[in-house]
Amino acid sequence: MTLSLDTHDGPAPGARSARRARRGVARAGQPLRPASGAALGVVVLWLSLLVLLPLAAVVGRAFGRGGSGFWSAVTDPETAAALKLTLALAVGVAIVGAVMGTIVAWVLVREPFPGSRALELVIDIPFALPTVVAGVVMLAVYGGQTALAPNLVGTRVGLFVTLLFVTLPFTVRTVQPVLLDLDRDAEQAAASLGAAPSVVFRRIVLPQILPAVASGAALAFARALGEYGSLVFISSNLPFRTEVASVLIYGKLQDADHPGIATQQAAAISTVLLLASALVLGLLDLIQRRVARRG
Amino acid sequence: MLRTVAVLYVGILVLVPLALIAYRTFQPGLGEFLSALSRPDAVHAFQVTAAVAGSAVVIDVVFGVAVAILLARYRFPGRRLLSAFIDLPVAVSPIVVGLALVLVYGPNGWFGGSLAGSPLQVINAKPGMVLATVFVSLPLVVRAVVPVLDQAGVEQEQAASSLGANSVQRFLRITLPTIRVALAYGTVLSIARCLGEFGAVLVVSGNVAGETETATLRIGNLIDQEQDTQSAYAIAFVLVLAALAAIVVSAYIRRRRPA
Repeated sequence: MTLSLDTHDGPAPGARSARRARRGVARAGQPLRPASGAALGVVVLWLSLLVLLPLAAVVGRAFGRGGSGFWSAVTDPETAAALKLTLALAVGVAIVGAVMGTIVAWVLVREPFPGSRALELVIDIPFALPTVVAGVVMLAVYGGQTALAPNLVGTRVGLFVTLLFVTLPFTVRTVQPVLLDLDRDAEQAAASLGAAPSVVFRRIVLPQILPAVASGAALAFARALGEYGSLVFISSNLPFRTEVASVLIYGKLQDADHPGIATQQAAAISTVLLLASALVLGLLDLIQRRVARRG
Repeated sequence: MLRTVAVLYVGILVLVPLALIAYRTFQPGLGEFLSALSRPDAVHAFQVTAAVAGSAVVIDVVFGVAVAILLARYRFPGRRLLSAFIDLPVAVSPIVVGLALVLVYGPNGWFGGSLAGSPLQVINAKPGMVLATVFVSLPLVVRAVVPVLDQAGVEQEQAASSLGANSVQRFLRITLPTIRVALAYGTVLSIARCLGEFGAVLVVSGNVAGETETATLRIGNLIDQEQDTQSAYAIAFVLVLAALAAIVVSAYIRRRRPA
């Protein structure tokens, strides 16, 4: 199961067919020939220069002053507060997003109504919108210039709402194709035997969509951990209150007085973020492979 | 009940804010909107965005098709690893992407010494901005094309080969028409993503007005430094329109694609 496929690919095209293909022939690719081997070489070189070396440089820099340098950077009170806030926000957004995303996906698949096609398009807006534009949009609503909404500038609630906005599509887009694919015989059987709709959902539907919900939540978590552009205006970057990790990293990079140590601290915070996303996404991959094996 | 919850949630979270930004943009009148967009700084910012995003999308497409074919058609050690690697950028903070590139290609970076002697400047210049943009949009084309290649199977390509087609002919006549729609879809996603990148480009570009300032950076500077929120709304609204266009086009492509 790939991580980004289902989120960007939407319900119709990829999911169902890819799953069928994977279930069918066990990947009978051909061995490499000179031309394709050379192409693979170029691809690996390009990926190394673009992704691998730079990320290695971040981790290397984080430990550039040894393990104690890393430790003192991430346990600095301001940094620790920012990391705690970022993690808490990401967990909260993942949970709320999972619940609300599942409801939205359910409505789109099982209770369509006039206008649900439009709703379908609206779901994708937060993905297509540049992060900084999302930030401007949030500022326009929650910036205290309108009677429609409270002023959330410089509050944690403002950060939370903004993160819910930018991660909205994740769970909807992972759960929707699974719901579409679901065999409804078992549900009908349970209902005909007298099970209440809530029981049918809990005992029959939920176990089947749970891996998709988890995968949407994990993607939302990873996104929320690193989010920058949409938060930068609404957060006001108050240390110990609304300063999130990515904003703190950027602040460190702008520190012209002690560039060396500030960069090392920025790299240390980045390493923590990288580790946290890697952990969650690795866990997700593990769960999904286990589910796939069970069939 | 659930319908009401879903509609209210999406409506309050997404629709109301979008309506409000449209209202605020045009509240002072259309003239104000147009004059904000025609200021030299804004025009230049859009030009930089077009150049950087354009280059990044071309790289995304070429690289994406190559990787997709490798992943779907060949077996080699490390195939799974390569696949996992392609997805990695989605989980990395844009600010961390920027920092990572600076640490390697910046003046004090790993390659900084060797780049200093050459005319090619990466960080604080467009090449670095293109690198950052490609990094964040890496998986989009690959993930759109791979499922279609999987589904199409290899029979047609094998038939073409057995009839004497060379690999270029096979690619142009069989593979490319097969993935055409998926490739268009991935390209639209990639364009939307590349137009809008902010954090990673902010770090690697140096954010110099009139030089490396993209449309998204311009928005940031207008709000943070110049306190000119109204002009920021105008540029933001143009990007909102671009995003909506991307959504409509990709939805159209999705519907057209044979199930």
